[in-house]
Amino acid sequence: MTKILLILVSTILVNNFVLAKFLGICPFLGVSRKTETAVGMGLAVTFVVTLSTALTWLMQMLILKPFHIEYMQTIVFILVIAGLVQFVEMVLQKTSPALYQALGIYLPLITTNCMVLGVAVLAVQLEYSFIESLIYSFGASVGFALALVLFAGIRERLSLADVPEALQGTAIGLVTTGLLALAFMGFNGLVK
Amino acid sequence: MNLIRDLVNGIWKENPIFRIVLGMCSTLAITTQAQNAIGMGAAVTFVLICSNVLISSTRKLIPKKVRLAAFIVIIATFVTIVDLVMAAFFFKLHRALGIFIPLIVVNCIILGRAEAFASKNPVLNSLMDGIGMGVGYTLAILIVGGIRELLGSGSLFGLSVFGPGYIPFLVAILPPGAFIALGLLLGLMNKINQRLAL
Repeated sequence: MTKILLILVSTILVNNFVLAKFLGICPFLGVSRKTETAVGMGLAVTFVVTLSTALTWLMQMLILKPFHIEYMQTIVFILVIAGLVQFVEMVLQKTSPALYQALGIYLPLITTNCMVLGVAVLAVQLEYSFIESLIYSFGASVGFALALVLFAGIRERLSLADVPEALQGTAIGLVTTGLLALAFMGFNGLVK
Repeated sequence: MNLIRDLVNGIWKENPIFRIVLGMCSTLAITTQAQNAIGMGAAVTFVLICSNVLISSTRKLIPKKVRLAAFIVIIATFVTIVDLVMAAFFFKLHRALGIFIPLIVVNCIILGRAEAFASKNPVLNSLMDGIGMGVGYTLAILIVGGIRELLGSGSLFGLSVFGPGYIPFLVAILPPGAFIALGLLLGLMNKINQRLAL
């Protein structure tokens, strides 16, 4: 129980995937202009990352390891993720139009989110058990969603600010992210 | 003539990092030292060149509908090669770059060039584009890495620059420093471009 709690706190706050591990920066900068879209993207990522990590963990343990073909990891994982995203999109479209409306447009973007592959590879590298991997991937994506929503809120304010011309857009976005990361460093020491 | 244009394009006009702002994750993560930047740059350049050439030479064979899946498999193959070669011959570098080597697969620069350039142009042009983009990427992360190492550790390529009396500006090699340094550099590049355009 303690371990699960530790993993959660560590992935959401201390080792936040966006702000401390630099994973998923592209969607972080791309879909953070409005708080609403940020929430949608956060939910979609949470869903896909948790599901894909479960699937890739099983792939690793049941197929790659017994046959000693661990070097195929990158290729297998990326194919599983790309397939999964397509599959989730089709299932949502057929079964839950409301959810598809809300998350649909974010799904294709997720394949290129390096966080999905990153979490899958890290969960295997850290030799987590199945349950721990699930918690790890869930925490990681909640951390991503948290950073994204916070940043979107700041960015809405930032659009009203008087920013020097050369710094407008991504440049000031990165500097702001740096300050946000600085704030998150305050959580250091929360988990040993 | 076109070949030279395709080569130079990636270095300044469409520099993947400073101009198109792609492939940010690895740029931010591994630029704590100039040395890591060169390693990462070499790995990405190799994958870019190989995937560009292979995709360009098979561009008439791959059906339009499955092209993205095919591109990803091609890229993943070359990334696996880099991963294994690096683990065998440059173990320390492999350790330092860690997760970001397999993550070259999802580096938007490579898929982006495959889709936007290699799938539409002849092999030689794609080769030049791959080299140009790779060099542009390497130069960009080398600049970021050099600045962060200089400020954060007072050294360059592991050699002390400011002498033993220098008190390192630690934030520069911590995560926040990466964001701030890259943000300010982007601003500087925009400024230079505005001046050049006038």
